[in-house]
Amino acid sequence: MADLLTVTDAGLYCAQGDFYIDPWRRVPRAIITHAHADHARSGCGRYLCAAPGTLVLRSRVGNASPIDSLRHGETLSINGVEVSLHPAGHVLGSAQVRLSHGGTTWVVTGDYKLEADPTCAPFEPVECDVFVTESTFGLPVYRWQDPATIAAEINAWWRANRDAGRTSVLLAYALGKAQRLAAAVDPSIGPIIGHGAVMKMVEAYRASGVRLPPIDRVPPRTRRMGGGRALVIAPPSVAGSSWLRIFGETSVAMASGWMTLRGVRRRRGFDKGFVVSDHADFPGLLTAIAASRARRVLVTHGFTDTLARLLQERGVDAAVLPTRFTGEAAPDAAVTDGDGDHDQSEQDGLPEAEE
Amino acid sequence: MKRFTDLYWRLDATTGTNEKVDALREYFAAAPPEDAACAIEVLSGGRQLRAVSTALLREWAAEAAGIPLWLVEECYAHVGDLAETLALVLPHAGTDAGADGVGMGLAECMRTTIVELRGVDDDRKRATVEHVWRRLAPRERIVWHKLLTGGCRVGVSRTLVARALAEVAGVDPAVMAHRLMGEPQADADSYRNLMTSEPTAADARRPYPFFLASAVECEPSDLGPVTDWIAEWKWDGMRAQLVRRGADATLWSRGEELANESFPEIVAAAAAIPAGTVLDGELLAVRDSSLLGFAAVSKRSGRRRVPKKLLEEVPCVFIAYDLLEVDGIDIRGLPLSERRTRLESIVPLPFTVGAGSAATVSVGDAVTETATAPPRFLHSPCVVGESWEALATARSMSRDRGVEGLMLKRRSSPYGVGRVRGDWWKWKIEPLEIDAVLLYAQAGHGRRAGLHSDYTLGVWHDGRLVPVAKAYSGLADTEIVELDRIVRATTLERHGPVRVVQPTQVFQLAFEGISRSTRHKAGVAVRFPRIVRWRREKTPPEAGTLAELLRMIDLGKVDLGKVDAAADPETVP
Repeated sequence: MADLLTVTDAGLYCAQGDFYIDPWRRVPRAIITHAHADHARSGCGRYLCAAPGTLVLRSRVGNASPIDSLRHGETLSINGVEVSLHPAGHVLGSAQVRLSHGGTTWVVTGDYKLEADPTCAPFEPVECDVFVTESTFGLPVYRWQDPATIAAEINAWWRANRDAGRTSVLLAYALGKAQRLAAAVDPSIGPIIGHGAVMKMVEAYRASGVRLPPIDRVPPRTRRMGGGRALVIAPPSVAGSSWLRIFGETSVAMASGWMTLRGVRRRRGFDKGFVVSDHADFPGLLTAIAASRARRVLVTHGFTDTLARLLQERGVDAAVLPTRFTGEAAPDAAVTDGDGDHDQSEQDGLPEAEE
Repeated sequence: MKRFTDLYWRLDATTGTNEKVDALREYFAAAPPEDAACAIEVLSGGRQLRAVSTALLREWAAEAAGIPLWLVEECYAHVGDLAETLALVLPHAGTDAGADGVGMGLAECMRTTIVELRGVDDDRKRATVEHVWRRLAPRERIVWHKLLTGGCRVGVSRTLVARALAEVAGVDPAVMAHRLMGEPQADADSYRNLMTSEPTAADARRPYPFFLASAVECEPSDLGPVTDWIAEWKWDGMRAQLVRRGADATLWSRGEELANESFPEIVAAAAAIPAGTVLDGELLAVRDSSLLGFAAVSKRSGRRRVPKKLLEEVPCVFIAYDLLEVDGIDIRGLPLSERRTRLESIVPLPFTVGAGSAATVSVGDAVTETATAPPRFLHSPCVVGESWEALATARSMSRDRGVEGLMLKRRSSPYGVGRVRGDWWKWKIEPLEIDAVLLYAQAGHGRRAGLHSDYTLGVWHDGRLVPVAKAYSGLADTEIVELDRIVRATTLERHGPVRVVQPTQVFQLAFEGISRSTRHKAGVAVRFPRIVRWRREKTPPEAGTLAELLRMIDLGKVDLGKVDAAADPETVP
């Protein structure tokens, strides 16, 4: 029987249903796992995403094309292929795509994590025959601590900065991680300020019903802000830019899974690194793979060769599925562009904030 | 152990000198003497023997983590630091974390979990290692692994350690730097001696801190009148200090290691130097009137015993260029011109290179070995130039002479401590250059872990690109990141950490010398290769050829002694 998905020049294609999942070219019909730029490109004819992610996707791809949505678990038949979307726990509205056709079930995870995140629905294991998994952090050196511990570390850093009269600048991916961090920190320590790119997504989150603490914008022509007490959440692209000057003396921290490594922390020259990722860590990947009970596992973007080889040695029918989502995991690329997600709109957000 | 771990990470987190000194000072002020002594030894890179082989550690860690050994190796290739890799793959510490290893002081931890491991069998080593693993958090494990494998470097120079200790002890930093020279003794008593305000007994054998030169950055003529300066050849040997006091002669390397055993003929000849003398200079290997270069000297250094054959193959001399102590009096504060005059009265023979070098210099009064033995102590003669142009002309002959260029030293300058800019400059010759193509890339270590920053470059020969050099440095950090992406995108094959890439990128490669070599695929070896510039405008067909490199050899002196120093272009396994 033919595979339900193949990799074409335009992306992951389902021939039976005639649609793409997270295509990297403009196609007539696209199912989107989540709104990060390497998964959601503008210009497709028609989009389908999970209902909680509609507003976020809209803010990313613009108003030109219709966006259909499915509630989590709701089924839609597209040319005879049963399609349903299940929470992936990555960012608001992120979904695993389940496809069923001719007695075979496939699940495409997109990006996912297993940790609790107050800003999106938790990852839901979905049983299938073929499991297409990401592998961004597919090496055993990547293991996350529980979110409460990380939140306590961030709070302690923020508090110490505040007591020393320094503004805390936390660099995080503008969609997802920024909101997750805003929801996790202790707002009684001081005011929270969001960069323009972050605020655009904060609005989409709030409009989608996600509760976030008060976050201030940077008004145009601001000369001074933060007063040495604030926590500024901004995309990584502002590191070293003049935009930071309005906050006076700062301590700059990066929140990324790549911060696990001392070499990356040192190379990037941040004052502090917090190991926070919206991707599954190594044990998380193995847990999700086992929970899928799949007889075949296809490994995409990340440490594909390594994870596939390990699974093979453990008796799993595993192979690499070459996609263009992030290519190979590259700590520096990831640190610059967001946590494994290349996102041009980070840069687009910068001038907006500098006005 | 916790206190030292905190210090380690504090030092690791900052690049600021003052913050490092603050962290060190606070550590030394608070640590018990035996821990402090131990920390000095560790921080100053004192050579420690490896208690457990890293191969065993990898195996044990793989088993403890429940993953195959190859996966540990993959992680290592990605992380770039073995101590860190092992710390991260191991299961997280259990609930008894905080006990044992962490509660112990540094000295006790090192004694019971590292030093005492050396003699025992592998099973007992493993039991201890696994015991410690269970009790340490990853950040503590990294430091412990570094201690265990004998490589705990954290980017503090001995000068910084000396500054911090001097502040704690309330003595002059130069005095402290002086006390820290020589072989460290990691016990509480030696630490108390170190911190005392009284002169200490071990002072007698100690060398002075070396004064270091910086590369000249302006036109030398901008340094002022040429008459203010003394020029000397920049020798391609090993910096050393001879301390001749009482009945003793001790030879110290710049790495502050005692070098007596490595250079017995020099130490024997030093008996003829008057007691109460300290010479600063260079150990050079000279055979049959020709300089053998740094590589030859380095075959001798670090040896506990030098085989007779090596003594004959690599005979050495001490070329003195400064006098720091005479008649037991520290004269570092005198002007250089005066120190040199006195030096030439103690070591009267000049060392000359080129035709008729040391071996042909007649035996002088200062050296009283057998009549036929060559002199072992000579002074580095001044290179006389009436003008900067004349010195530039002299410098242009450096390569033929087997030297690296000129040293420019201010006539009036005292002998300082460490690298103080302004009085001593290195005016090295321009490197040789060729455009070469990137063939292989390998992930770097430490700060560049996970980035492909070690490059093998090649030139054309018979229609193929042959590797000629391995270059580690020369690109800006942003360029390394950019090139890393290109490497990943153009990989043809992977051999462990080495990637074979499509030849697409051209670099301007500089190197100090070139010689024929049978040990290298291309038949040539270049010395100290590094990338000068990324030639983005060039394509691989425009890169240089092996024939061009061979012409460079024919132009310069063929110097077989330098072959071994050449970087080893790694052939892909």
